[in-house]
Amino acid sequence: MKKPARYLFLAIAVVCLSITSAGADDVIKIGAIFSATGPASPLGEAEKNTALLLQEQINAKGGVMGKKLEIIIYDDESSVDKAVSAADKLLKKDNVVAVVGPSTTPNTLAIEAKFEAAAVPLVSCAAGEKIVVPVKKWVFKTPQSDRLAVARILSHLKSRKISKIAIITVSDAYGQGGREMLKALAPKAGIELTADEVYSPKDTDMTVQLTKIKSTNAKAIVSWGTPQTGSAIVAKNRAQLGMSVPLYLSHGVAARKFIELAGSAGEGILLPAGRLIVADEVPAKNPQKALLTKYVKDYETKFKSPVSTFGGHAWDAVMLVVKAIELGKSDKPADIRANLEKIKGFVGTAGVFNFSPEEHNGLNESAFEMVTIQKGDWKIVK
Amino acid sequence: MYGFKRDMLAVLGFTFFLLIIPRILGNDYYINTLTLSLTHAIIAVGLNLLMGYAGQVSLGHAAFYGLAAYTSAILTTTYSVPLPLGMMSGILVSGVVALLIGIPTLKLKGHYLAMATLGFGVIVYIFFNETIELTGGPSGFGGISRLQVMGYRFASDISYYYLVAFVLAGVVLLSLNLIHSRIGRALRAIHTSETASQISGIDIAKYKVFVFVLSALFAGVAGVLYVHNIAFVAPGSFGFNFSIELVTMVVLGGMANVWGAVIGACFLSILPEFLRVFENIEIVLYGAILIVFTIFLPEGIAGGITKLFLMMKPKRSDAAGKE
Repeated sequence: MKKPARYLFLAIAVVCLSITSAGADDVIKIGAIFSATGPASPLGEAEKNTALLLQEQINAKGGVMGKKLEIIIYDDESSVDKAVSAADKLLKKDNVVAVVGPSTTPNTLAIEAKFEAAAVPLVSCAAGEKIVVPVKKWVFKTPQSDRLAVARILSHLKSRKISKIAIITVSDAYGQGGREMLKALAPKAGIELTADEVYSPKDTDMTVQLTKIKSTNAKAIVSWGTPQTGSAIVAKNRAQLGMSVPLYLSHGVAARKFIELAGSAGEGILLPAGRLIVADEVPAKNPQKALLTKYVKDYETKFKSPVSTFGGHAWDAVMLVVKAIELGKSDKPADIRANLEKIKGFVGTAGVFNFSPEEHNGLNESAFEMVTIQKGDWKIVK
Repeated sequence: MYGFKRDMLAVLGFTFFLLIIPRILGNDYYINTLTLSLTHAIIAVGLNLLMGYAGQVSLGHAAFYGLAAYTSAILTTTYSVPLPLGMMSGILVSGVVALLIGIPTLKLKGHYLAMATLGFGVIVYIFFNETIELTGGPSGFGGISRLQVMGYRFASDISYYYLVAFVLAGVVLLSLNLIHSRIGRALRAIHTSETASQISGIDIAKYKVFVFVLSALFAGVAGVLYVHNIAFVAPGSFGFNFSIELVTMVVLGGMANVWGAVIGACFLSILPEFLRVFENIEIVLYGAILIVFTIFLPEGIAGGITKLFLMMKPKRSDAAGKE
């Protein structure tokens, strides 16, 4: 009685295999690695939702080049090791033509080499400049680099004739990336750093660091972090200490969460931000206007939660890959890569992208607006 | 000699089993996950010697793992030290640091080692994060070369898997041998009653320090194997959570059982991969499975398997339940 069972099993296996291989021709498979859980989940969740939203929208319109778009999403749980095994799975098991993500800089840096070796393009959603500087052939990224955000803050400081600033940054990849940039660029812009304070992501009070800053004659404070990693606390402590010098935050706090956490202490803070969070206020003649309003509306109706910049990064990454496929009318990884470099004037949520073989981020300082908080809402600083 | 021969046979069988797994699986995207779980198993075997046999808990083994990884990475990449030398130094650093922590804390009675290693783990984690010039800080340290020994480069994932499998087999054999030796008996005596073993003339502190340093060395071996495989290292992999995960591996697999540590490590490292299909409830299931296992298998998975064997034996003499 054992033998027939074995044959039956074999037959089923063969049928299953033939079914899966038959469907492969009219589907374009894109991989995605996001930190949907773990410490980086505020980033990953919005990115995952956005990818799902886009998959649905694109397929409703007939897919890409008439083929169905399938986005295979893996959660890396904010861990380097999991990101590595997710990359292996996407490259070796799912045989995807391109991958978007991961959400964080270390996870991207950890898997970059695999994409170079496998010759499959990777479009990261992480901020760190190291990802694309120096340029790696197969690696791109969509978020604005720290360098641009820092440059935008410094030029705003200069326009207000402020030449002495204190910086306070969080000791994670994002905060330290910003700190490096501030330390490198501020002296070049003729701005002096009077204090360089660091706090750890789980700290619940930054009064000590701010008191130190208060004792220096800094005319402005620049803080690098995210709402979940202390930026709201910095704003609160600053208000409690009655400090009147302006507070500049990073583009990472551009999420509704920050306004919720900081409350009234958030009023009047300044930050460079992509236009996504101020979509309502963007003038109608701006090329991004239509896209931003549509994305915000679609996202908020589908997921019933406020849109964040991070979701926008995934929007840009997925749409850039789609654009590259349509541009070259080919879904071969090598063609996608070559065509990504040819994309010019692509309007995304983070700004207008112009790629080239030397530029794999494709954004410039104009991607940012200086934004403040007034009466519990984002406002563009004119 | 009977015991040693039996261990030898068991380890040989185990090695053979490890070597044929990739052939059974066919698809090689699993290889890296397997390599990683075997790397974890190396640490777990060491930690099991400490927890299961010497009765001491370490909450900082992720730090020893990380110290070795970072030391080797920095020496070989930044200072262009030859690979074997860098790796040896990495392992050595873990051992020496463990010695420095172990000597004062293991002279005390009670769970002082747990406290000391807990603090130590946190300090090392902060050190990796803050010394940006040296370690690359939170965004990590890249450009590390893959392992190369005497001109042979372990370029493919499968070759690396075989290497780690052989190292694990070596570590297991060494541990089995150790347990069945005079040292092993002394350690078990200490675990049962410190006072009684002291009266029997066992130098408690010496044996505890010895096994603690040995477990740190194993973690170090795992660390250097890890870093020259992934070729990238970030502090996130060596946080407090990972130390806890290691302790869980030992407890879940079965304390005072070398094979238990291996099973526990592989189980915990591979389980999430299988739970992926359940997407959003993945974490809930993971927690539920851990709870069920701890309730129904108080002696760990290895203990459970042994029990199952004993239950089946009187009824059927053939080894039908053998996997």
